[in-house]
Amino acid sequence: MSGPAFRDGDGGREGGGGRGGSGDDGVPRVPYQRDRSARNRPPDDDTRRRPPHHPARDPAYGSPRGPAYDPAYDPARDATYRPPYGPRPVDETGDGPQGPAVTPRQSRPDAGFDHHTLKSLLGAWALTACSREEALAVEEHLTGCAACAEEALRLRDAVSLLHREETLDLDPLLRARVLEGCLGRRPARIPVPEWAGPYDAEAARLDALLRDLGDSYWKAPVELRWFEGAPVSRRVTVEQVIAHLTALDSLVGRPLGLPEPGGDPAAPPERASRGRLRRVRPEHELPLDPWERTAAHWAAQNHLPGATLRSLWREQTHNLVRTVSFAGQGVAALTVEYGVAALPLRDAFVDRAFECWMHAADIAEAVDYPYEPPAPRSLNRMVDLAARLLPDVLAERRRAGLTTSPSRLVAAGRPGRSLLLEIDGPGGGEWYLPLDSPGALASPEETVAHVAMDSVEFCRLAAGRIEPEQIAAGQLGDRAVIRDVLFATASLSRM
Amino acid sequence: MQQRLARGEEAALGELYDRYASLVHGLAHRVTADHDAADLITREVFGYIWENPDAYDPKGGSLRSWIAAITQRQAVHRLRQNESRGRSNPDEVETRVREANTAARADFIVTSMPEPLRAALELAYRERLDYRAAAAGLGVSEAEARRRLRLGLQLLSTAMEPADEAADPLRHRVPPPIGYRSRRGQR
Repeated sequence: MSGPAFRDGDGGREGGGGRGGSGDDGVPRVPYQRDRSARNRPPDDDTRRRPPHHPARDPAYGSPRGPAYDPAYDPARDATYRPPYGPRPVDETGDGPQGPAVTPRQSRPDAGFDHHTLKSLLGAWALTACSREEALAVEEHLTGCAACAEEALRLRDAVSLLHREETLDLDPLLRARVLEGCLGRRPARIPVPEWAGPYDAEAARLDALLRDLGDSYWKAPVELRWFEGAPVSRRVTVEQVIAHLTALDSLVGRPLGLPEPGGDPAAPPERASRGRLRRVRPEHELPLDPWERTAAHWAAQNHLPGATLRSLWREQTHNLVRTVSFAGQGVAALTVEYGVAALPLRDAFVDRAFECWMHAADIAEAVDYPYEPPAPRSLNRMVDLAARLLPDVLAERRRAGLTTSPSRLVAAGRPGRSLLLEIDGPGGGEWYLPLDSPGALASPEETVAHVAMDSVEFCRLAAGRIEPEQIAAGQLGDRAVIRDVLFATASLSRM
Repeated sequence: MQQRLARGEEAALGELYDRYASLVHGLAHRVTADHDAADLITREVFGYIWENPDAYDPKGGSLRSWIAAITQRQAVHRLRQNESRGRSNPDEVETRVREANTAARADFIVTSMPEPLRAALELAYRERLDYRAAAAGLGVSEAEARRRLRLGLQLLSTAMEPADEAADPLRHRVPPPIGYRSRRGQR
């Protein structure tokens, strides 16, 4: 037998861990299992706190991300857990509480494995995907079998090639720059309507976040928060948030004739074209009320893995954007029913972009990831939508006795008392809101109050993420009016 | 997708980006080791595809491998440009180019290998299952799981051999490197 001489090949090591080196000292390479250098090992450096294998945690990427979400994660109770560096757990071979003896020489671990079996184990061995007993038997065998030793080296090196090229540190703003560059070189013949742009961008950002997080975060807890006179919250999981988005995004698809989620995926989607639309009546029609709809959708889909829920959501977002692109401006004014409320389609798209951002930010916060606000142009549309909705909400709250400021009767189209909403920061601007009735004319001359706040703060208030009393807003003028407007803003939020 | 791009559908461009941007950026970054250069190459590659949707020939392989080939070509071009300006050392450049070629071949092999092999590798590598758990997950015998892991890695290991032109899986016809302002209609 003239096989290579293996350094350290016959004992003297403990437990199979801590080996390293690849022959740079002139000694022939010793096959050991996977290369554990940071570059080649599968990304994972935070195994203490979460199930192994999380690409975003690879220090090779220099990821700025924070720690994993689950401080309670206990590898000892996780049947799938495998330590990243040390030897495999030994209980999988059923050898009893002690497992095989740690010194290979004493136990002669290859006893009982024939050449054929050992050879068949080489792939699993190279991937560190066999039991420790088997690994030791293979390594023992490699000291005497040149053919297997050669193959073992080759396969082990091949493992490092499984490392994916996909980058995890893709700047979320690059998308807009790349698309803009492309469209500058060749204008789109079928453009995405401007009012659908924020939705397209926000869905892409959330999708990138989910890709970064990988599959070990689907069950991480997230708070759904909204404001109903007081802050309300409900603890759900990341995957439930995604399913919630799918359920409510699909409301926007209804007037476009898109299928309900959870319907027959094999059925061809009806597409809106040139304003001629057909309403599809699927078998399982979900309720329109946002909460009931979400609950029904959760009940129907809770057996699906997070990755599938993500691709269903993403497919629907792509479908929605594509459908309105083909349908063009003709569909902008279609009515989207939300059960208790309704919005024209162009506003509903901005609303869904807003919700997508807020829920993405909730997820990011829950797992301690950074998440930036939307691009200024998107933010501006979101603030504008909230500002346009406020007069109606204020009137409703007034009728319901939820306001404190006195009101005057003003005929539609006539000037009435106004509030100046001054939004600073990216996407900001100035909005004059009529206070007496939604139909009244707001104007600088009739302004009785002035509120100034940051655009992101305002959005978080409108999403029920900050309480009206806690908002950092510059206030001038009628305090009661300002209080009513801030509470009306918070009440725009829903689950 | 190609037809949709040719039709000038902006939504298709967005979907193309969503699907391949991380591949393009990752490859470009691997070759150039420079974040800004990778951003630039990403812009150039998508700009090229959007302007020349007909340049892709499905007979040459998958869209993914075509995009990878364009990216590779463009990244190597940028790297050599830097080299000729004295900004990087030629040996280092050649090493990076070689590594990038190997990685691109490996990527091609993984994406085109039979699904059962790929699925087994995914479970063992990415999900970190041992082969018994992988066998259970795949609904095959343990011997079959061992066989698939070994065969999958054997296939993958061919990426490390220096490829002669004929055997190179990236046999797409790839355009010459894209000048940032490529002319309209260039083929």
